[in-house]
Amino acid sequence: MYVIGERINGMFRDVRKAIRKQDKAIIQDLARRQMEAGAWALDLNVGPASAEEVKVLLWLVETVREVTSAPLAIDNPKWKVQSEVVPKVPGEKIINSCKADEDALDQFVPLAVENEAYLVGLTIDQAGVPAAAEKRVELGATIAAKAMEKGLPTDRLFIDPIILPVNVSPATPGSVLAAMQQLTILADPPPHLLLGLSNVSQGCNERELINRTYLVMAMAAGMDSAIMDPLDTALMNTAITTEMLQQKAIYCDSFLDAYRMRAKAAT
Amino acid sequence: MKAQDTAQKWASAVSTVTIGATKDEGGTRGRTVTVGGAGGLPWLAYEGDLGQRPAIAIEVWDAGAESWPEELKKQYGEVLSDPVAWAKKAEEFGADLVCLRLMGTHPDMGDRSADEAAGVVKAVLAGTQAPLIVWGCGVEEKDNEVLPKCSEVARGENCLMGTITEKNYRTLVAACLADGHTLVAESPLDINIAKQVNILAHDAGYPLEKLVIFPQTASLGYGSEYVHSILERGRLAGLGGDPLLRQPVLCDVGAEAWRAKEAQASEEVLPGFGPAEARGPLWETLTATNLLQAGTDIFVMRHPKAVGLLRESIDRLTSAAAAGKA
Repeated sequence: MYVIGERINGMFRDVRKAIRKQDKAIIQDLARRQMEAGAWALDLNVGPASAEEVKVLLWLVETVREVTSAPLAIDNPKWKVQSEVVPKVPGEKIINSCKADEDALDQFVPLAVENEAYLVGLTIDQAGVPAAAEKRVELGATIAAKAMEKGLPTDRLFIDPIILPVNVSPATPGSVLAAMQQLTILADPPPHLLLGLSNVSQGCNERELINRTYLVMAMAAGMDSAIMDPLDTALMNTAITTEMLQQKAIYCDSFLDAYRMRAKAAT
Repeated sequence: MKAQDTAQKWASAVSTVTIGATKDEGGTRGRTVTVGGAGGLPWLAYEGDLGQRPAIAIEVWDAGAESWPEELKKQYGEVLSDPVAWAKKAEEFGADLVCLRLMGTHPDMGDRSADEAAGVVKAVLAGTQAPLIVWGCGVEEKDNEVLPKCSEVARGENCLMGTITEKNYRTLVAACLADGHTLVAESPLDINIAKQVNILAHDAGYPLEKLVIFPQTASLGYGSEYVHSILERGRLAGLGGDPLLRQPVLCDVGAEAWRAKEAQASEEVLPGFGPAEARGPLWETLTATNLLQAGTDIFVMRHPKAVGLLRESIDRLTSAAAAGKA
């Protein structure tokens, strides 16, 4: 499971404060702790903390790079921001994200190829978030086709079929699972399937329980990566256990520690 | 019609372990032996680096070999009662390593003391050039007395010490950390426990890169294919990135193969099975060659004929792999 740690996001009070005060220590502590908890990569999102998105993202990159060489996900929907920031990110990077329409893909896929970056493609187009699973699959196929056409290897591509909160969009969790089952057979090797996991419980009660339960359902349907909170130990342990049950890792009595050791060895 | 390219891309490689230390490195060995390092499935040179050539260790006992089968005893004669002479004979037979098994310390086989055992280790080191494997008698309490003493007298020689298990690892880990030796991690034909022993050693401070996995071994006809499958699963996991299963593997072929009645018994006892002098060494050879295909990195062997045949197999696989790559 590729865990992309979500905590360095300006919507969190501590991060918002750190950004405004240029306090490196808070950001670096979050980076370190997420990596120790087993994250594979770290998401960097300015959120509502500042209007100077490029400047703050570059500051976040520099700050985090002082403590880890893990892949960094640049979380911003704007071409203007991504095209300025991505070439300046040292080491492994993930462009998070671009939509599934032709024009966006024609810009973002070459950006990923030129910078040897990973790309997250969202199954959203001009018409918005699809209601039906079939439309999600269709848009996913569009993204994968464009990647292959422009020379982005599918193992550098993440497709995100967009999960929505279950209270406002009750059919979506099921629709996303159905879409993922079909998206896994899009190419060989298949693209990664990613979700912003916390969205499923946005505005709901029992958020951690909902996230944890949907994580298992999604992994069983073929999700191999998630933007999630690695500091939620129960959530991480559930991901590690699911992976072991899927035989992606061989069991041993200390299988939880073994996963975190593996994550550490990879850093 | 072009054959499908079946080569896989792997995230990781088998780790490499070096045994022995030359004068420049703080020891007295004439050479060192390095094992492991394969970058793909066993012998598939088109998929990845083959890594280091598998090494052959010949087993030497400090005492108690009177119980060995006749066909084996014939090969060694008088040296069976003199571990230093025996180790020299092993070198003559072409051993890459000597595996000194301290069976004389076993409570039922002489119960020799830690000091006596350490004396043998010292004498064997003085009398030979080959890197040394030091192996206990298998009784935990005794090994915990004997092996640290042996580890101490061999400090600087970078021996491969054996073994640690899931239930008994702290003593030998501490000794090997203090004296700079590499370590054999043993599990009972159980890949889950193999992983667990490595994580326990790691948590006790021992580096994963200095471990050798010993999954135990079974003879031809008595489960060697099960050992093969464990090696296969372990190699797949290690190449796939599991840091706890990427260590090189040791198999104890001689001891297991010669336990089989098919290896030992005369033709009177087993009519139709052919003469014992041919049968025994072949039983050991075929146990070894099966495990060679599965990716074994260190073989502990007994019969010189089996050693020779195994070496020929390694030569043939190595040149075939090189040719296949061309």
